[in-house]
Amino acid sequence: MRTCAESFAGYFLRPLGREHGENLLPRGLDITFCDQAFLIAGGLIWNLYFAGIAILVGFFLATGVALAKFSERAWLNRPASAFVFVFRGSPLFIQFFFFYSAFVLLPRAGLEIPLGFTTLTLHTSALTTAQVGALIVLILNTTAYSAELFYGALRAIPKGDLEAADAYGLTGLGRFRRIVWPNMLRLAWPSYTNEAIFLTHSTTLVFLSAFPARQQSGEAFYYARYFVDQTFNPFVAYPLVAFYFILLTLAIIAGFGLVNLRLNRHLPRPQRARIRFRPQYIR
Amino acid sequence: MFHFCADPSILPDWQWFACYLTSGTHLAFYRSFLVVIVLLLVVAPLALGMGMLGALAQRSQVLPLSLLGRGYVNLVRGVPDIVFFLFVPIALGQGIEWVLHQVNCPDWDQPIRQGDDFVVCREAKMPPIGASAWVRNVYGFAMAAVAFALVFGAFVANTLYGAMQAVPRAQIETAEAYGLTRAQAFRRIVLPQMWVFALPGLSNIWQILIKATPLLFLLGIQDAVFWARELGGAKTSLFTYPHPDWRVWYFLVLLVFYLLLTWASERGFGWLTTRVSRGQATAEGERQRRRAAA
Repeated sequence: MRTCAESFAGYFLRPLGREHGENLLPRGLDITFCDQAFLIAGGLIWNLYFAGIAILVGFFLATGVALAKFSERAWLNRPASAFVFVFRGSPLFIQFFFFYSAFVLLPRAGLEIPLGFTTLTLHTSALTTAQVGALIVLILNTTAYSAELFYGALRAIPKGDLEAADAYGLTGLGRFRRIVWPNMLRLAWPSYTNEAIFLTHSTTLVFLSAFPARQQSGEAFYYARYFVDQTFNPFVAYPLVAFYFILLTLAIIAGFGLVNLRLNRHLPRPQRARIRFRPQYIR
Repeated sequence: MFHFCADPSILPDWQWFACYLTSGTHLAFYRSFLVVIVLLLVVAPLALGMGMLGALAQRSQVLPLSLLGRGYVNLVRGVPDIVFFLFVPIALGQGIEWVLHQVNCPDWDQPIRQGDDFVVCREAKMPPIGASAWVRNVYGFAMAAVAFALVFGAFVANTLYGAMQAVPRAQIETAEAYGLTRAQAFRRIVLPQMWVFALPGLSNIWQILIKATPLLFLLGIQDAVFWARELGGAKTSLFTYPHPDWRVWYFLVLLVFYLLLTWASERGFGWLTTRVSRGQATAEGERQRRRAAA
């Protein structure tokens, strides 16, 4: 039997790959409670990686898509609406499968795009790894969900604020940066917090579907499933992973709550939107 | 299926596809879409029932009952439900076997959890040893349905509880003024009026339920995802219908199927909202009244 310190040294960074810990995962009767606790906790690194980058990139893309959907020009608004419809109307689980099987079909050597003066080589093989391919799917997915929230918020911007902007002679980018965008964020923020939570939870689907976990380096829920398969006892690993995710959720609520305070700092207290935890995990 | 399908390797394209798309495995693939629909139809009333019980328990004046209701709703909502989908069928299966073991084999002296094994006596195995594949499939499907009903029941309970609270207080006070008991007021006043408040939430949950159905695959059920992977994978010339990796097309079909399903139910719920708003003291109800009067 390993001691807890040995488990920590052997498995905490193991999710990063073989070089960072024991070669093999613990098996069968050899599994201790500390193994499960540390390996699952280490797996959270990947949950943070997927969720963090997807939320960051998705945030900016979603602003653009929401503006396009809100636009009165058909050539902007039609594709944006279609994009949102497709990604919100189908299960993320199927999206993973679909994109993985599409990425696999791309030529291994990479795509050569002649630009005249030089040739651009796209390294397509990276797309079949979870770290790149699944991340792209997650980014597209969160972009669609957040764009719908931002679009709703754009429609709800108080008329008076826009009139005030016009009265001050603000136009174009200045009007957007000082009036429209802060208002949009302020109105969408409580539901956007929930979106960030759902996205973090749906990172558990990454290795459940098509994308392979190379060298058995996966996220927290991948290891929880591994342990349940090995021990046939669902009463340790699943509660552990649930506990970690509750902690993660609380951290997200705290962080987004600070931003919410800042977005609403000009408003009297009772008018401020409060963040309420409304979980709906499956997308 | 067709008379010309005897030797597909010599067929022209359209006939080849006609034969390919009607092969036995493809018919199983089409049936698996029915599995999804059946699951939805089974889980929806179950979840609605669980949700109603949960909401009533939360409203109850008996403290333990109300604590139980609140505990159920918050526990399920607070934990990622993918964990529940995988946890409930295993835990429930082991629970059933444990109970059967206690009942059927009281003189069994070995421990049930032996290291990595969960050992119960022969009579306690579920589904019973020697059961047909059909029974096994139904058992697995029922486990999945229970897991779905448990998770979505908690979501529904939360929505229904909110809807019951949203019925205008004056309505209940009027009922009390007429001498109706609490139960009567609930049955005749709250229950008919709550649906208009519950509907947006229920429609949301329904959409989430639709998008949760591909997770059946994880529970080892031969659903549409399973068949799409089986059929789409590259087939060598050893197979009757050899083809390269076509998974992307199969998953495209699944994607379109789910888009149609969510789109159709959005339309359905729109119609239902108009229907239950009839005669209600809400903006939509007022609008309908004015239109009828004009």
